[in-house]
Amino acid sequence: MKLRERLSACALSAAPFVLTFVFCSLILLLAGANPFAAFSQIISGAFENYRKIADVIVAMVPLLLCASGMLITFAAGLWNIGVEGQMIAGAIATTAVVRLLPLPAGWMLPLTVLAGMLGGAVWGLLAGLMRTYGKVNEIFGGLGLNYIATALTNYLIFGPWKPADGATMSGTDPFPANAWMPVIGDTRASLPPIIMAVLAVLCVYLLLRNTRWGLRLKAIGMNRLAAERMGINTKANMLLAFAACGALAGLAGSLQATAVYYRLIPSISGGYGYLAQLIVLLSLLRAEWVPFIVFFFAVIHVGSPRLELRLQLDSSLGGILQGTIVLFFLLMRGIREVVKRRQERING
Amino acid sequence: MHIELQNIHKSFGTVHANAGISLEIREGTIQGLLGENGAGKTTLAKILSGYQRMDSGNILIDHKPVSFGSPAEAIRAGIGMLHQDALDIPALDVLDNFMLGSDTSLFLSPRQAKLKLLDLCQRFGFALDPNTSVNKLTVGERQQLEIVRLLALGVRVMILDEPTTGISSPQKVLLFRTLHRLASEGISIIFVSHKLDEIEQLCSEVTVLRQGTVAGSVQSPFSTSELVMLMFGQQFSVSPRPGITLGEPLLELDDAAVSSYRLNVAHMNLSVRAGEVIGLAGLEGSGQQMLMRACAGITPLAHGKISIHNHDLTNRPYQEFLQLGVSFVPAARLEEGLLPGMTLKEHFALLNGSEFVINWRQAEEIAQRQISEYNVVGTPDTLVQSLSGGNQQRALLAMLRPELRLLILEHPTRGLDIGSSRWIWEHLLKRREQGTAILFTSTDLDELVEYSDRIVVFSSGIMSAPVDARQVSSESLGYMIGGKST
Repeated sequence: MKLRERLSACALSAAPFVLTFVFCSLILLLAGANPFAAFSQIISGAFENYRKIADVIVAMVPLLLCASGMLITFAAGLWNIGVEGQMIAGAIATTAVVRLLPLPAGWMLPLTVLAGMLGGAVWGLLAGLMRTYGKVNEIFGGLGLNYIATALTNYLIFGPWKPADGATMSGTDPFPANAWMPVIGDTRASLPPIIMAVLAVLCVYLLLRNTRWGLRLKAIGMNRLAAERMGINTKANMLLAFAACGALAGLAGSLQATAVYYRLIPSISGGYGYLAQLIVLLSLLRAEWVPFIVFFFAVIHVGSPRLELRLQLDSSLGGILQGTIVLFFLLMRGIREVVKRRQERING
Repeated sequence: MHIELQNIHKSFGTVHANAGISLEIREGTIQGLLGENGAGKTTLAKILSGYQRMDSGNILIDHKPVSFGSPAEAIRAGIGMLHQDALDIPALDVLDNFMLGSDTSLFLSPRQAKLKLLDLCQRFGFALDPNTSVNKLTVGERQQLEIVRLLALGVRVMILDEPTTGISSPQKVLLFRTLHRLASEGISIIFVSHKLDEIEQLCSEVTVLRQGTVAGSVQSPFSTSELVMLMFGQQFSVSPRPGITLGEPLLELDDAAVSSYRLNVAHMNLSVRAGEVIGLAGLEGSGQQMLMRACAGITPLAHGKISIHNHDLTNRPYQEFLQLGVSFVPAARLEEGLLPGMTLKEHFALLNGSEFVINWRQAEEIAQRQISEYNVVGTPDTLVQSLSGGNQQRALLAMLRPELRLLILEHPTRGLDIGSSRWIWEHLLKRREQGTAILFTSTDLDELVEYSDRIVVFSSGIMSAPVDARQVSSESLGYMIGGKST
């Protein structure tokens, strides 16, 4: 590659970050705030003390789980937007186990985990069945199922599972103590969820890199017709991908219930499913980049509420930051493609 | 409008689709553009109608140079094209489609447009209901809609690419009458086809393309043998054939029928024996693709029976065909055969072994061995889409299982140079010696005559009885394909 081409490639990779910074600075200036103060507040908000750092880790758990699930479906070329609903389904299944089965302490937590994965997998399979047999695009199917899952939580919280002293938006009664994941010291972080999240990313990384199933999924994602001609059962593999992604998302939802809120609350998925979508887009479907991007997003997530406290800015700025970086990143990738094609045309 | 094309060049990768084509079209004439598949007809038509940019060359309209960046610009200059596959938007109704692309005013007036549509339809005897949805129309009716749409847009030159494929014979009569009438009104028609009889019936002048260049231009009345000669460009000869010893019957088709939305192929009876090579001749889309896909288990039969190696496979899943040793090598290598974005090694890993964790070292070894055995110019880490056409084809052959009963190949040597083609056939004949039966299509008559034991000719969905390849010459085959019996 010529030096000039390499420099322009470099500039294009750095551009999304620079553009996001400039764009958000402009918004901050319009809001009458000092951009540098705002950015440093976010950073210090996330790293103020060890409890804040633990909060970053708590936010990373669902993001890692959802993102690794989504890597599986994205590998097969499926835009599984239903991760939010799959999280909720996991949380509902977990709550059902906690409420309906009087289990001894040692059995309770493992079973909540299994129930969460099963609930998410079923919800994922629904989107998958609609896609493979009903010819419903998984984006629309997933979105519809997200709404149904949300409505179902609300129905349960305000109906059969309403607390004794009346239903409120704060959810069901807290779970009994045997359904609480243990925390580390006086932080909000819990060890089993962290281990599970790390394992999930690792497994998905190995799955996509070294296993026949992962390779088949990639083949389906690259060219479904050719994959079918090669004798790969595309429908079954796609369904399996939906189920696996749903199981990981369901696990995330289950852990939100047993390790963060200790109850079922409305919108327990908390937008993590959508955020994971952005993370996977940014990773270009490379599992090894996911932990770093998740960390970055979690820092913004935990740090941005400080804007409200210290600078009287709305904490939704964090969301703007996360969204714009993805948009600029995708924009630059598009531009890079156009530039590349033009160069190819010039070079013959 | 007088149109002149000067020295048009267009390449797709290594394929030189148009290699210096010059052509003149006079006002109010029906100019034929004849050539076999891949001769560059459609590319030339797309360049003239703004769908594709040329690499170099000039287009002159009334002696003034023009260039089009888009079909809309070409239409503004008065040139419109009817595509092989109708490009209209099926979800809309006839009237909406009719109004598409007219940018004379910002707001469309459906009432005026309807009057105009009905007026045009009446002039040409088309029976189009403005309010039916387009997906209820037949191919011929969509074509009529497209003709009146282009006329309403003020087109003075109309290009028709293989317009008689998929339309009924009354529609064809009506189409030809319409084209004659348009020509008499001063509209120039460019009629792209590979059907000799249609060209002879319709055109006053024909230009024959072969391999991206002009093979010659002829005025009406035409001599069929001259057109065949220009089209296929060969000295016709009967090739000597070695004796063949065939094995047991492998593939049996019993009154089989396949149908698609534009073509029904019925009454196919064929019995192929182990080691036999069957050539499928015919113009593109005459039914031979459907036969191959039925034999590969991709398209289900609408009627009749198919059995392979004495197993009745009628309407059985594709997987069972694979298990019985049937393999299909498609012409669309990157669309249907290979996985663009994946390396050769990944392809071999997918197709070999069954353990859950992939043994990458073994996959690398297999890839390396097959690459060198099949002369693929590439490494195990080469992405398949960066291989040349010939290497893609060799890679596809390298991926086939060692033991096959039936190998079905769509245009196995299309786009390949002579050396690659010879290599491919050497390999295929070796497989045949091992008892694999081969079915293949080709537009190269020499290839069909040289390598087939028997040849089946398809013409508009009708399959001929198999003929002994030793008894046909390329010339007689050319006549049969052109729908003329010798």
